[in-house]
Amino acid sequence: MNSIIEVKNLTKKFDDVTAVDDVSFSVNEGEIFAFLGPNGAGKSTTIKILTTLLNPTGGSVLIDGHNPVQNPDIVRRAFGIVFQDPSLDDELTAWENMEFHGVLYDVPNKLRRERTAQLLKFVDIFERKDDLVKEFSGGMKRRLEIARGLLHHPKIIFLDEPTLGLDPQTRNHMWTYLKELNKNEGTTIFFTTHYMEEAEQIAQRIAIIDNGKIIASGTPQELKQQESVSTLEEAFLSLTGKTIRDESANSKDRMRAMHRLHSKR
Amino acid sequence: MKKIYILWLRQIKRYSRSKSRILGSLAQPLLFLLALGYGFGSVYQQAGQGNYINFLAPGVIGMSIIFTAVFSGIEIIWDRQFGFLKETLVAPISRLDIMIGRTLGGATVATIQGIIVLSLSLLFGFHPYSWLGIFPAIVIMFLIALLFTSLGTMIASLLEDMQGFQLIMNFLIMPLFFLSGALFPLDGLPKTLSIVIRLDPLSYGIDALRILLINAGHYSLRMDIIVLGAITAVFLWLGSYFFKRIQI
Repeated sequence: MNSIIEVKNLTKKFDDVTAVDDVSFSVNEGEIFAFLGPNGAGKSTTIKILTTLLNPTGGSVLIDGHNPVQNPDIVRRAFGIVFQDPSLDDELTAWENMEFHGVLYDVPNKLRRERTAQLLKFVDIFERKDDLVKEFSGGMKRRLEIARGLLHHPKIIFLDEPTLGLDPQTRNHMWTYLKELNKNEGTTIFFTTHYMEEAEQIAQRIAIIDNGKIIASGTPQELKQQESVSTLEEAFLSLTGKTIRDESANSKDRMRAMHRLHSKR
Repeated sequence: MKKIYILWLRQIKRYSRSKSRILGSLAQPLLFLLALGYGFGSVYQQAGQGNYINFLAPGVIGMSIIFTAVFSGIEIIWDRQFGFLKETLVAPISRLDIMIGRTLGGATVATIQGIIVLSLSLLFGFHPYSWLGIFPAIVIMFLIALLFTSLGTMIASLLEDMQGFQLIMNFLIMPLFFLSGALFPLDGLPKTLSIVIRLDPLSYGIDALRILLINAGHYSLRMDIIVLGAITAVFLWLGSYFFKRIQI
């Protein structure tokens, strides 16, 4: 099988901290791949490198055959991403957010409108398309982000904790759609999650990263067998230990807290 | 081109939707125009300088532009904190184009704000020297706006969060405004002050506005335009240089 994401000996250092340490893995075209790990393990940093937001310190990355550092634009067209944190413009309507995205990705006018309507219907926010995003609930925003990430028909979709804070209905709905997309269009899905049962049910293959290193990879079945346990959660805990990890609060978190304080009505 | 347009359009839409921001940023220029304009009017007249409202209006227009423009540039910090910047940074568009689209949008918004203040000042007794001068004055307003939006972009690219914003306001924007000759004539000033004023780009913007709107300036229009143009070019370059270095 063709590998669409190829990571070899990837390293990323921030000053004296090594966030990603000699990581290698590959994802096959059309695969649903889960990238798991405790907080601060290096998941988000890896995703940022794969999606051209950060340059690696060492190692090589190929996305659909292209290097994100040398050919960022070709790579950027190949993937869609749903970030861990919201990335919509609250002051624009749902429709305008889609328009903005479509124009930036050169989706022709007519096609853009057709697809936007179709995607918004699918994620059940078509009736609210002309409302400002700031009036949306958390779940609706998440759904809109997913619709937006799919607008330019990417070959790969990255989902960084896409189901965080979603109710089971929405989660179910979202995965049904993504699995269908994966089956019908062959879209490769790369996701992270802290819900182990989700990873177990959905992922075809899993890699577990801890302290910047890949410590295990394989199908959910293989991982369970390797650790001789019956659930992925147990396998995960036995691999990564039970210590609780802390991510230091960064300025972003402080800012959010401040914003929440001020926007309370 | 279309991508730059959509980035521009976004700035315009955001501005036209935040009614509170429009009203809020009109309050300050109005206060200056009314309190200072009427307050110092008679003293200014007795000193033989003529109508203070006429003198002050171009300065207050400049003030509303510098504040709106710097703020538009600094909005990048919010986009960064609330995630939208990532959406543009992973899209197939160069950072330079992102910066250009945003800066043009921010500068347009600041120019509109300047035009609104100009119209309001007409209501409070401002008489332009020639109505035709208003059109080139709008071009100058746009140039001032472009300069200070780029400055805002530069600041925003260097700051992590809004905590430094107050500092920038008090130690950079306020001095730029107060030391620009927006409020007082530039003739017969102490030597040090007049040197400081010469170093402030806003001085040239306001001087150009005065020449075009009330036919009274300190420097020449040619010099104003050359200095403004050159500094705008440098700031645009610096703005895009620092914007390119942003890492999320």
